[in-house]
Amino acid sequence: MDLFEYQGKQYFARFGIPISPGGVADTVDEAVAQADAAGYPVVVKAQVKVGGRGKAGGVKLAADADEVRTHAGNILGLDIKGHVVKRLWIEHASDIAREYYASFTLDRSAKCHLGMLSAEGGVEIEEVAATNPDAIATLRIDPVDGLGLDGARAWVARAGLDEEAREQAAELLVKLYTCYTEGDCDLAEINPLILTPDGRVHALDAKVTLDANATFRHPEWEEFEGSDVEDEREARAKARGLNYIGLDGTVGIIANGAGLAMSTLDVVNQVGGTAANFLDIGGGANADVMAAALEVINSDPKVQAIFVNIFGGITRVDEVAKGVLEALSRVDIGSPIVLRLDGTNAEAGRAILAEHLSDRLVAEPTMLDAARRVVALAGGQS
Amino acid sequence: MSIFVDETTKVVIQGVSPTSQGLYHGLRNRAYGTKVVAGTNPKRGGEEVEGIPVFATVAEAVEATGANASFISVPPPFAADAVLEAAAAGIPFVVCITEGIPAQDEARAYNRLVRDFPGTRLLGPNCPGIISPGKCNIGITSGDIALPGGPVGIVSRSGTLTYQALHELSQQGVGQTTCVGIGGDPVPGTSFIDCLRAFEDDPDTRAVMMIGEIGGSAEEEAAEFIASSMTKPVVSYIAGVTAPPGRKMGHAGAIISGSKGTAQAKMQALAEAGVTVAQNPTEAGEAMVDVVRKLD
Repeated sequence: MDLFEYQGKQYFARFGIPISPGGVADTVDEAVAQADAAGYPVVVKAQVKVGGRGKAGGVKLAADADEVRTHAGNILGLDIKGHVVKRLWIEHASDIAREYYASFTLDRSAKCHLGMLSAEGGVEIEEVAATNPDAIATLRIDPVDGLGLDGARAWVARAGLDEEAREQAAELLVKLYTCYTEGDCDLAEINPLILTPDGRVHALDAKVTLDANATFRHPEWEEFEGSDVEDEREARAKARGLNYIGLDGTVGIIANGAGLAMSTLDVVNQVGGTAANFLDIGGGANADVMAAALEVINSDPKVQAIFVNIFGGITRVDEVAKGVLEALSRVDIGSPIVLRLDGTNAEAGRAILAEHLSDRLVAEPTMLDAARRVVALAGGQS
Repeated sequence: MSIFVDETTKVVIQGVSPTSQGLYHGLRNRAYGTKVVAGTNPKRGGEEVEGIPVFATVAEAVEATGANASFISVPPPFAADAVLEAAAAGIPFVVCITEGIPAQDEARAYNRLVRDFPGTRLLGPNCPGIISPGKCNIGITSGDIALPGGPVGIVSRSGTLTYQALHELSQQGVGQTTCVGIGGDPVPGTSFIDCLRAFEDDPDTRAVMMIGEIGGSAEEEAAEFIASSMTKPVVSYIAGVTAPPGRKMGHAGAIISGSKGTAQAKMQALAEAGVTVAQNPTEAGEAMVDVVRKLD
C-alpha cells in the first residue's frame, strides 16, 4: 500500500523523524489557512502517487497568501500523468544547503535489508545511480542484527555526508530503519534528505510503501485505506475482495492464481488480442466468487468477450463448472464467454457444461485454443 | 530418485485441530500415500485426530515418531515462529504454504535459519508445496495431475502454473521425479538455484522445467547458474510478458534492479544460458516432450 507524501511524513513523525511543519488542504481556503499556520514562505505540493510532479508543475513556492491562492488554485485538479490532484500538502519552505538521499528496502537477491545513502540526492538520483554508482553507499543489514547508531555513523561517513550533518543523519537513519522494520514498510525513502544552512537535517519528502501482509498488526493503518483507488472498476472489484487491475483492451479475463492470470494475458496478446483487465480469483472459484468476477467484468463497457481460464487443482473442475453455471444464472452477461476448464475431474466438468454450450458460452480444450476463440469473438485486434 | 522428499519422508503437521487447514491438506497428502506420522498443537498433546497422534511441540513429535519433515499452513501471524520451532527441533525439511506473511517476518526467519539452523531447508512460504509423484506429497498440489517415474524435474514460482506444467507433461505421458513450488514471496526459503542444483545431482532427473514470472532477479540468477553448472537440458516459461506495469513509488527499486525483472530480460538471460524458452505453458510442455524424446 503506497502512501501519499503527507501520510508518509505523518508516519515518519511517529518514529521521531524530523519533518517540516505543515498540513493538508483540499481547497484553496484551507491551503491559505495551513500556510498561515506553517509560516511563510511555504511550499504548495500536489499529493499524487506518481513521480515527476515537480516537473509537471505540481510543486510551487509561495511567499504570501496571494501566491498560495494562485498556486493552490492551479494545482488542485491538475492532471499529473493520469493522477488528478485532489489534495495538497502545505509546509514551511526550508532553506537548503545540501540534498541527500536515503532509503531502506528489501534486497531480494541477498535476502537481507538494503540501505542506500547518497550525498548526491535530489531529483536526478536515478541518473546518479546509473552514471556514478559509487556515489551511492549501500549497506546490507542482517534483519536479525538490525542497524545501531555505530553502524549508522560509519555509514554516513562512508557516504561522504558533510561533517556537520553526520551525527544528526546517523540518528535519523536509525529512526528510519525502525520505521521501516517495526513500521512494516516495503520501502521507506527520503529524497531529498536535507541539511539546512543553519545545520539541521530533516526529511523534505517521504516515499513509503506499507506491506499489506502486516495490516493485521497495524490497526492504525485503517486511516490510509481506500485513499488510493483511482479506477472505478478497481474500486468495484476491491469491494468484492477480488484481485483486479484494469487495462485498456477488449478481452475480459478471469483466471485462478496470479501466475495463470498473467499467463492468460500473455497468451491473449500472442494471438493478437488485448486484455481488458487482470483478474485473479484465487484458489476457490466457487459460484459466489465467479458471479462477483463476472459482474465486475460485465460492468466494463470496453469488454467484447470474456475468457474464463480455470485450472482445477484441489478445487475440482466439476465444482468449478457448477459454479460457472450458477453464476451465469444470477448475472446477465452482455458478452460471449469462452471457457477453458482443465485439471482435476476436467472430463466431468466438461460433461456438466456440455448441454449449456451455445454461441454465447463456448468451451475450448486448451489455453491457446480458447485464446484464439475469444480474440476472434472480441473482433480480433483492437 | 527424487529431490528433498521421497517414500521414506515422515511428516509432522504443525497446528493440527479438527478444523485446521493443516489437517485438511495433511489428510489429502496421507491419502496420496505420504507418511503423515504426527501433528502438533500446544493444547492437544496426547490426543489423536483422524488417527494422527498429536504432540504439544515439534520436538516431542520428532522424539516419538522420527519425523523428518514438517508441514505448516498456520495463519500468517504464527507462521514464522512455527518455522523456527521446526528448525529448533531438528527438522531438516520444512514446507510452509502460508500466504500473507509480513516480509519483515520472512526476512528475519530466513536469516535466523541460515545463521542458527543451517541443517534446515525451508520451502516457501506462500507456495503449493512439493510432490515426488508416487512417493510423497506435502502441500496442496493435487496428486491426480502428477505422473510418477520421471524423467522431468519441475521448479516453479507460481502456484497454478505449477499445476499447469504438471498437467501438460502428464497429459503427454511424461512423468516427473519431483515438482517443487518455491512460491513467489519476497524471501523464499528455497530458490530456483537450490532446486536446479538438486535436480542436476539427482540421477533420475534428466531434464528440468522451470516456470518463472516477472519481478525480482531470481530467474536471471538461475540463468547464470544454468550456464555455469548445469549439464541437463532446461525448458523455461516466464509469465508476465504483457503484465501491466505496477505504479512505482520511489527510486530504490530502479536503483537496485536497473533493467532486471521484466519478462523480456529474464527470457533473454535464460536463452543466452542455453535454455529453451517457451512463449506459453502449452508450448513449454511441447518443448519438454521433444527434449525427453531426444534423451533416449
